Amino acid sequence: MTIRNAIRDHGQRYRPRMVCLKKAEKVLLEMQDPRTGVKSQPQRLVITTIPHAITGEDIIAWLADRFQVDPQEARSFGSMLVALGYIYPLQDHKRLVIKPDASLYRFQTPYFWPTQQWPVEDTDYAIYLAKRNIRKKGILELHEQEQYNRLHKWMNHKWDFIVMQAKEQYRAAKERKKPDRVVFECQERAYWVVHRPPPGTVSGMDYGLERRIDPNADETKTPDFYERIMIFTQQSIMRPRVKSSVSIGALVKYCTTYNSHDPFLSKCLPSNPWLTDDVTLWSLNRLYVDVPTKMRVERWTFSFGELLSDPIGRDGFRLFLKKEFSSENLAFWESCEDLKWGAAATMKEKAQQIYKTFLARGAPRWINIDGKTMEITVSGLRHPHRYVLDAAQTHIYMLMKKDKYGRYIKSPVFKDTMKKAIAPEEHKFTDAQLEQNARNRRPSLSPIILRQQEEEQRAKMAASAPVDITQLCRFTTPVPHLAVYSGITDSPSATASPSLPFLAHTPACPSPISVALDSNSASERRGEASEGGAEGNHEARGPARGSVSKSRVALSLRRLLKRGCTPSTMFASLSPKCHSAAGTSSRIQPISPDEPSQAPPRRIGNFFQIKVDIPPECRIYPIESEDEDEESRAASRGGVGAKEIICPWESLTPHNGTG
Amino acid sequence: MGEMEQLRKEADSLKDQITAARKAVQDSTLQEAAASITVVGRVQLKTRKTLRGHLAKIYAMHWSTDSKLCVSASQDGKLIVWDSITTNKVNAIPLKSSWVMTCAYAPSGNLVACGGLDNMCSIYNLKGKDGNVKVMRELAAHTGYLSCCRFLSDSEIITSSGDCTCVLWDIETGTQKTVFAGHQGDCMSLAVSPDFKFFISGACDFTAKLWDIREASCRQTFGGHESDINAIGFFPNGNAVITGSDDATCKLYDLRADQELITYQDSGIMCGVTSLAPSVSGRLLLAGYDDFNVNIWDALKAERVGVLAGHDNRVSCIGVSSDGMACCTGSWDSFLKIWN
Repeated sequence: MTIRNAIRDHGQRYRPRMVCLKKAEKVLLEMQDPRTGVKSQPQRLVITTIPHAITGEDIIAWLADRFQVDPQEARSFGSMLVALGYIYPLQDHKRLVIKPDASLYRFQTPYFWPTQQWPVEDTDYAIYLAKRNIRKKGILELHEQEQYNRLHKWMNHKWDFIVMQAKEQYRAAKERKKPDRVVFECQERAYWVVHRPPPGTVSGMDYGLERRIDPNADETKTPDFYERIMIFTQQSIMRPRVKSSVSIGALVKYCTTYNSHDPFLSKCLPSNPWLTDDVTLWSLNRLYVDVPTKMRVERWTFSFGELLSDPIGRDGFRLFLKKEFSSENLAFWESCEDLKWGAAATMKEKAQQIYKTFLARGAPRWINIDGKTMEITVSGLRHPHRYVLDAAQTHIYMLMKKDKYGRYIKSPVFKDTMKKAIAPEEHKFTDAQLEQNARNRRPSLSPIILRQQEEEQRAKMAASAPVDITQLCRFTTPVPHLAVYSGITDSPSATASPSLPFLAHTPACPSPISVALDSNSASERRGEASEGGAEGNHEARGPARGSVSKSRVALSLRRLLKRGCTPSTMFASLSPKCHSAAGTSSRIQPISPDEPSQAPPRRIGNFFQIKVDIPPECRIYPIESEDEDEESRAASRGGVGAKEIICPWESLTPHNGTG
Repeated sequence: MGEMEQLRKEADSLKDQITAARKAVQDSTLQEAAASITVVGRVQLKTRKTLRGHLAKIYAMHWSTDSKLCVSASQDGKLIVWDSITTNKVNAIPLKSSWVMTCAYAPSGNLVACGGLDNMCSIYNLKGKDGNVKVMRELAAHTGYLSCCRFLSDSEIITSSGDCTCVLWDIETGTQKTVFAGHQGDCMSLAVSPDFKFFISGACDFTAKLWDIREASCRQTFGGHESDINAIGFFPNGNAVITGSDDATCKLYDLRADQELITYQDSGIMCGVTSLAPSVSGRLLLAGYDDFNVNIWDALKAERVGVLAGHDNRVSCIGVSSDGMACCTGSWDSFLKIWN
């Protein structure tokens, strides 16, 4: 219970709703107009008649007419007026609502209106309760009695004064004429019902928490204040403005374009899961599916941003770029995104890597940006921060958007994708089927269940013998919570993307729904992840998916395992990484900053490292001869000539050519 | 005093210049442009689910990006993560301070944040070891209550506070990266642009400001409201801003043309707007009011096309899921309702 402190009252209690109250008052005055207002009638009380009582139905009718709304809305409007204390009920005075029948109400006198800005004091309430007690003992309700006792305790020092006031007011009231007295009593009672509501009722005066600034404080305007305003205004004037027609046109176009994609406005095909409890729509539109739906493919044509933010769309675009030998642009863009949204710890390294891979003279995946941008970027890289590559990234983004995007949308590959896309038929459920659906409703998986499933999967892997390389590869794949991605070298055609979403510094976490359960999705993601990134000194990782023979895979796997898995790293070094809810945000989460414990000296500069979680019983021992080959090749720096190591998981887990 | 007068006159003349610049580009109005568009017609949304479990007023809710989970914060001191489809509670996180005023879900789904009268933003890790949800960080530096917070990623979060500033935090180190100061009143809410480059804040000084996150500067200020701005949101294409205020109106501001486009008001609506959310296409604007209802506006024609009535107390928060399929409202009557 808070003790009210009248001194600190800044008028907060009325401030948030002052505008509302003023509007209410205007309406009130209209309602009280003798000609056009609500009809009033006298109320009969035993022998006295009290004028100016109005019925609930009249109020509602008048409001409905005045504001041209239906009776239901007029009723809630009327109830609000009652809740604020402008109209009070004569019968059933504790329920502050309008009843659409002949119940009687009366307008509250302006003296008791909430816009009167004096605070509602406990002292006044105490006087009121005391007065009622004097008038007739035992008349106080239970909650009023409790309040009375409480106030008696807290205001004990003032109690004589309170009782004296109460007696005075009681005596003065007795001298009034009966009708006036009755009216006044009703008004006062109504006032206190509004401001000291019975427990369990909604109070119209409840305004929530107080605002911090003092609404009554005078602002001291210093010269500094004006100067800041002026500087800001001057800058603002100089900013370029777009013509209204253009800007508004864009807004309108956006609305019309997306109209069919807005579930509130258009039907969902096959059916809206909220209405029919059938989740086909969601399973068809999971983040990583083999075949996207037509609606989804259509969205890619709306804007370049839409295409990039959808992982399947991006994969398609990536393949297209590869054919045009300009995939470094997308890879660069992805690296920049990773830098922007990644962990702060690895930022410097990443920035350097990106520079070496994409920007330096003679870099393996050199991107084409103009001299000025290059200058800015290079000088910025001396003190790298999250947005150091912003200018270059924007340039490349616009390049892709203006040129490649348009061509992609017109390309036969895309048209083919569009043709193959699924256009589901609308479901027509009978009532019985709907009931059945409701019974079968399954929740989205909780993290606990996901983790259990992962454990089960891992256990299954461990148990399966003999050691199958394909299985092992799946094992070594960066299942979300396990591995951080390792940037082993890459051929020019496939570059490792630093875009594996991981959360640094958190303990192993279960992967989100679609990731954990959908091995296909995992492969897609890995495929995506295998692109973009470290080159140069690094050995080649994986070429385009699906273009690699098994023997090379086996070869590379062994090499990989040798590299990446010395005994010390072999167990669940559950390095704290986990997938973000796969691709739910286009934010690409960073790679862990952990150093590989086994990195041989020539492995400097790897900022992707694999930590593989292979149980000891599945160890594979590499063949010596290949290693020698490997080492000599790796020793040759610079240039892309190094033989590729194929990421084993890329080609093994089957995936279709959607990506 | 003469100096102050002069400064004031200068400031005023500059303000006039801005008004003139804005007028100069105004060669069309939204009413004209929208005149030829088909009418939306009555939009009827029904309550599909009611999420029961809170014991006191709900102050804030936020959808997860997967459109299935949402988090809500209530003054009973609990942060509850709901599975909206089955109405199950996935997590019920007890808070140290029960005076919570805001909550947010990270885009990755790994973190939730909340804050309130304790002046701190507490970040909870939902995907912790053993399935326990623990406090990951407590970001304390504000001198006023936390009114709103939104994640940029798992390593950055923006908060707005009653001390009239907004702050960009680095979650890993728990430090402030940028302080956005400029408002003259309590910042009541904020929203991040779809491309995560800008954010807007609405404050008790009746203005909304557009901030550039990277440059750490205020780019534009929008006035026109007559009372505190309680709610703010971006139009889905990121080029317009919608604000909701205690003066019972919502306004649409155009960022590129730098002016107010239209006001959503009705003579029959008297109570303040507490929260708002645009639908996925931007055509509909759902706004929660003090009179316990949510009004659905046609954003282009500024007409009311629907009402969601079902709460018994003020609607304090509203959110549309990212796939646009469901709208969730939270109220002081301690229930959340899912509509579509």
